[in-house]
Amino acid sequence: MFRPTLLAAALACALPLPALAAGDADLAAEIVKLRTEFDQKFKELQAGYETRLRQLEKTPAVPVAAAPTPTPRASRGNDFNPELGLVLQGSYAQRKPGERAITGFLAGRHDHAGSRGFKLDHSELTLAANIDPTLRGYANIALLDGAAEVEEAWFQTLGLGNGLSVKGGRFLSGIGYANEQHPHAWDFADNSLMYNVLFGEHLAQDGVQVKWLAPTATFLEFGAELGRGGNFPGSDDGGNRNGAGAWSAFAHVGDDVGDAASWRAGLSYLSAKPKNRSSHVEDLGGVEAETLFSGKSNTWLADFVWKWAPDGNPKARNFKFQTEYFRRGENGDLTCSDNTADGGACATGVNDSDVYRVRQSGWYAQGIYQFMPRWRAGLRYDRLNSGGVNFGLLPVAPADYRPSKWSLMADYSPSEFSRFRLQLARDRSMQGSPDDNQVTLQYIHSLGAHGGHKF
Amino acid sequence: MFIRLFFLTLLLLANTAHATLNVLACEPEWAALTRELAGDLARVSSATTARQNPHHIEARPSLIARARNADLLVCTGADLEIGWLPLLTRESGNARIQPGQPGYFEAAAHVRLLEKSGIADRAQGDIHPGGNPHLHADPRNLLSVANALARRLADLDPANAAQYAARNQNFQKRMGAAIARWDQEAAPLRGAPVAVQHRSWSYLADWLGLNVVADLEPKPGIEPSVASLANLLQGLKARPARMILRTPYQSPKPAEWLAERAGIDAVELPYTVGGSARATDLFGLFDDTLAKLKGGLK
Repeated sequence: MFRPTLLAAALACALPLPALAAGDADLAAEIVKLRTEFDQKFKELQAGYETRLRQLEKTPAVPVAAAPTPTPRASRGNDFNPELGLVLQGSYAQRKPGERAITGFLAGRHDHAGSRGFKLDHSELTLAANIDPTLRGYANIALLDGAAEVEEAWFQTLGLGNGLSVKGGRFLSGIGYANEQHPHAWDFADNSLMYNVLFGEHLAQDGVQVKWLAPTATFLEFGAELGRGGNFPGSDDGGNRNGAGAWSAFAHVGDDVGDAASWRAGLSYLSAKPKNRSSHVEDLGGVEAETLFSGKSNTWLADFVWKWAPDGNPKARNFKFQTEYFRRGENGDLTCSDNTADGGACATGVNDSDVYRVRQSGWYAQGIYQFMPRWRAGLRYDRLNSGGVNFGLLPVAPADYRPSKWSLMADYSPSEFSRFRLQLARDRSMQGSPDDNQVTLQYIHSLGAHGGHKF
Repeated sequence: MFIRLFFLTLLLLANTAHATLNVLACEPEWAALTRELAGDLARVSSATTARQNPHHIEARPSLIARARNADLLVCTGADLEIGWLPLLTRESGNARIQPGQPGYFEAAAHVRLLEKSGIADRAQGDIHPGGNPHLHADPRNLLSVANALARRLADLDPANAAQYAARNQNFQKRMGAAIARWDQEAAPLRGAPVAVQHRSWSYLADWLGLNVVADLEPKPGIEPSVASLANLLQGLKARPARMILRTPYQSPKPAEWLAERAGIDAVELPYTVGGSARATDLFGLFDDTLAKLKGGLK
């Protein structure tokens, strides 16, 4: 009795006037009539839906274009944080003790420790993000004990179009092939001798780079850089000027050969104007002396890379061949700082300055073969030609030596984010002191965001 | 003289490039879909072949050159191409195809993704927290992607908008009918237990009602080892599978090793257009896929 009353009340509300006018009996009859009508309508409706449903089930499942619904969520303060990555690197090295230098080359880097034993290599912290619709920013900071070196910090244009892009800040120069690679991307535990004598590790420019990609089917890229020239083969004093202390230009060409192979070749030129560029040499008496070079340093580099994988699918097996060649000419004045206090032979005003003119060259070639998933093996040969360095009046012995080195490595990568490497090397880069038996064990691990490497 | 010839060549190349839409597809399935929708109105090429793992290729010089001249990139998204596509767009110096521009199209934005975990921990392997990107293996997804792609083509080439719409309608009709046919043909496959090598088949399994009982990869993207396969063999004794599915770009060895010991078939499905002799277009792809699946049941 409760429910019909409720229904009646509802109907009374919905249809107030006629319901109120009728008597009680009329109202009851009206309610019964409405109920049957309602039941009938409801059954018809139900039957209609069921037939339609059956029809739908028979017809092909043409899907409704399911537009992904954006998941609403509270905005957080860190949504715009840049991609953050960290590379962990460390090694164990077994080799002869003592300081090492590559004979016949004035080097920018000065390896005092002759590092061996267990060692933590620098940890690379990378941050990258789009700055706005037109620019992208990137920073790579090498963390060492008591120091953080800004390896790279640059912005790059995204939308200039017509194949043009501009980079500004501190960036790894586009010259050569290996120059743009950070140590974690190297295929060996150490740098090639060539890059060692040319740049120490690699050439970082503080300046601007303009690149243009030609609208051709074959990859054809041209680039030019203007930089401070504060890094070897330039120098701090050389960079302290109005204008550029160094400039470079490069051209790259590359293509595929079928599905399986691809290649890139390049030619680069670097010109720097170092002033008071410091290097360390041994004088005739075997005492360490600091030399300062002021003048011009011009370098040509040629590079070639060939990659192959069955069907162009490198996951399981692949091969990479890489070679680079350089010629460097330096022309200017060399002085040596007085080291008579240490018993050395460089005396101010006596024999401390002369013209320095040298043409040097060198090359390396390496092959890396991934013979099964996770496992690679590689061989590298390094050779330099010191080009008969003559120090003139300076009390430093002339050098005519051809440093060389063989390196053999094998590495294992449990995933694409981790790698363990064993390297054996026979190093003849220092005259009279061959380091015939270098063993290096190394790990390289990548945490967080890590963009793909260039070809 | 040489310089003049050089610039003349460039000018010619630039001119021909604008005669039709220049489309670079990241994978063969999107190249095939673009051809369906654009026909002669676009010049289409694919960055990868069916024998290449789309997770693991490099931004090769030839691809950078193709991206430089492209009016439209058609890719999967959902982080499938994360290892090489960002590099490709940045190195291309091409403003049209940067993410967010009309010339950058991601199929994953137009379908409902499976396996959206939201978990980004590499201890779980090479996972895609935003969802499984192998979405084209369910042809119903192709219909919604085609709708979106046809609209995008019309946006980029408004003069031919009517043609793209008509071609899309035609495609929807043919694909809808084909899906109905495949649904019927695949009835015996419903509920069939299968083992997979990588999560490349989640959408196919979802569509056909295949029951994935095992994955050869111990974690996504991690190659199976002998130990992990031996484990899996034990597991298959408790939960047997009818066949093992893999793509043409994966090494056949793990699947064959397991198939031999478990006494079941290792089936190489075409995965995408060009993955087998019969998979010359999107229709041939699913015709062949179903034929091979049914072959595996016998």
